[in-house]
Amino acid sequence: MSTTTERKTDIGPPHYEQFLHPIIKANYGKWKYHETLKPGVLVHVAESGDKIFTVRAASPRLISTNFLRKMTGLADKYADGYLRFTSRNNIEFLLANKDNIDPLIKDINAAGTLVGGTNNAISNVIHTQGWVHCHSSATDASGLVKVVMDELAEYFTSMKLPHKLRIAVACCLNMCGAVHASDIAVLGVHRTPPHIDHKNLPNQCEIPTTVASCPNNAIRPTSIEGRATVKVDEEKCMYCGNCFGVCPAMPIADPLNDGVSIWVGGKICNARTEPMFTKLVIPYIPNNPPRWPEVTSAVKNIVELYAKNAKPYERMGEWINRIGWPKFFDLTGIEFTKYHLDDFKHAGTTYRRSLQNRY
Amino acid sequence: MSDELKTPLLDELEKGAWPSFVTDLKSMAGKSNMVKDLLRQLEKSYRDKRGYWKHGGLVGVMGYGGGVIGRYSALPDEFPGVSHFHTLRINQTSGWFYTSKALNELMDIWDEHGSGLLNMHGSTGDLVFLGTVSDELEPTFRAVTEKGWDLGGSGSDLRTPSCCVGPARCENACFDTMALTYNITHKYQDELHRPMFNYKYKIKMSGCPNDCTAAIARSDMGVIGIWKDDIRVNQAEFANYVDSGFNVQEFVVEKCPTKCISVEGKEIKIDNSNCVKCMHCINTMPKALAVGKDRGVAITLGAKAPIVEGALFGSVMVPFMKMEPPFEEFHDLLGRIWEFWDEYGKNRERIGEFIVRIGLATFIEGIGLDPIPQMVKQPRDNPYIFFEEYYKEEEEK
Repeated sequence: MSTTTERKTDIGPPHYEQFLHPIIKANYGKWKYHETLKPGVLVHVAESGDKIFTVRAASPRLISTNFLRKMTGLADKYADGYLRFTSRNNIEFLLANKDNIDPLIKDINAAGTLVGGTNNAISNVIHTQGWVHCHSSATDASGLVKVVMDELAEYFTSMKLPHKLRIAVACCLNMCGAVHASDIAVLGVHRTPPHIDHKNLPNQCEIPTTVASCPNNAIRPTSIEGRATVKVDEEKCMYCGNCFGVCPAMPIADPLNDGVSIWVGGKICNARTEPMFTKLVIPYIPNNPPRWPEVTSAVKNIVELYAKNAKPYERMGEWINRIGWPKFFDLTGIEFTKYHLDDFKHAGTTYRRSLQNRY
Repeated sequence: MSDELKTPLLDELEKGAWPSFVTDLKSMAGKSNMVKDLLRQLEKSYRDKRGYWKHGGLVGVMGYGGGVIGRYSALPDEFPGVSHFHTLRINQTSGWFYTSKALNELMDIWDEHGSGLLNMHGSTGDLVFLGTVSDELEPTFRAVTEKGWDLGGSGSDLRTPSCCVGPARCENACFDTMALTYNITHKYQDELHRPMFNYKYKIKMSGCPNDCTAAIARSDMGVIGIWKDDIRVNQAEFANYVDSGFNVQEFVVEKCPTKCISVEGKEIKIDNSNCVKCMHCINTMPKALAVGKDRGVAITLGAKAPIVEGALFGSVMVPFMKMEPPFEEFHDLLGRIWEFWDEYGKNRERIGEFIVRIGLATFIEGIGLDPIPQMVKQPRDNPYIFFEEYYKEEEEK
């Protein structure tokens, strides 16, 4: 490697035009309509009559150069060397030639992955780092995605649901990704307050920042034997872990109590109804690696009830809004508890303030 | 200490239909001690139900304040291969379009300088190089810039902007998402590489209200395509939908949120003055209906995850703005937003929390926007109004 060349900075990413398939470049901004030919296969038709075919393959997102080289090899073989990734981390091959679709699908399957994720499907799971790379995770992400999608793979490779169903996983309350706005979300949670390392805290943490990091004002500056540190009002702590985010001397991981919660009914698109947040349905399931069977069966149960009961074009949240929450808990058999009752800011807006109820 | 790779718990994740990250990582373990020790440490995490990464880690490349996430194993003696396991965020292309050649070049660099593991892609959009040692950061950076790539954002800076596929492959795109993303990323390289804000600031572009980048949920500033004139109708194609047996009454007319669609015979009528551009009818009948021609964007501000004050969706600041290169009106607004937030926002206060704290009225005054009904779902329902002007006794009425 040469070290005599001048050091480059602030060059930004390369221009996208050099990565566009010639058919895309020629018809940029001039598309007429699209159709889904079968699960995972789209065709876009331009005003010029040109067509580009897209084949969408699943990816675990955490991949090695081995896997990616297989994919670039397939792109070279079938798609003139052009591929892209979607905002849900699937891989898309862009094909000029319709005849290449089925051979490509065969090779994608041989490479150990699936084709699908279009229209009324469960597409890929937006997820995070988990125990693979992050210091604040209450659960793993890659493993949860794998076991949930093993359970639901038939919904990736088909389009038989009432509407699309988005699943997201986040390994802590930072909710990197889309947990707060997905049809179903799995979220890592703690259940115990942080442990304070009073000896190291003054050297490792900025105390005012640590105090300000708490959503419930549970943290106060204090001094122990003349050394500045903090104290936590454990009555007020709901284990969000944000103090650990700014202060390494407040670790919160607790293998005995960490686990996951399950949320439903969020969406981000504006079609029919406005975007919605996900809402809590299962407050806590213990971590049970490697396959988290309690989590996968809970998610599968919700998916199957939605598949059976929702009307065409109803997203999870729209279905629940139509039937009402009491009915949702009744159908799913999920226990409703005091943990479901909001007690954070503006919680009152979530109370039932009408007599319109179902019994 | 590099004993046999025994991962009985992780081995369970090689079963099943979904592509297995374990199988993939194992295929690298022979080549790379980093990957081998990553698997061994992960196996221990699975056994003990906890992560084994130390808190934080400040590493980077010269001249930049962001783009690298430092990470150290909490058990370096047991897993020396991951004693350093830093991440480099590489700024992806607009719309995540690549060629095999470009990706192969990046992989050659990463196989030489790092673990050979990637995230394609991080949730903000970056192509993530996952796992290398401190001494390799500068050489990796040099190698990727030689090939025309740069780092993405991290920390309290402008994070890497990202966009939907837009006009490259979608008939619904109301503006050039790819061009704007490229433009913003290059114009604000300094803000992206050298953290200078109160906290992170994310921008996402979606070409239409379907919002395929989830801009309204995942970006401090969402730039979402929209149109102002009539939905374009191809009546012959609509008749084909009717003839095909597609239930337009139940699936389109009754689903319209403002009930502004009616069908007479095989003809569709849309009262566009009452249409809220939700996309549903266009989504269901893409051959018959298309977005209008008077196109631009809506600008939303303030989306964020729960920490600290609760999760927020973006709220509409500008319901319609034209969006043509060189995007001057947009950059002018962004400049005023950054200036005001920078001046009055608190440490680690996302712009969404800042707006709620000072109030929308104060915020829009600060960035030079007038209040309009499109900014709210409803007017206030409490009477606690701050008045700025009132009559004094001696004044003429």
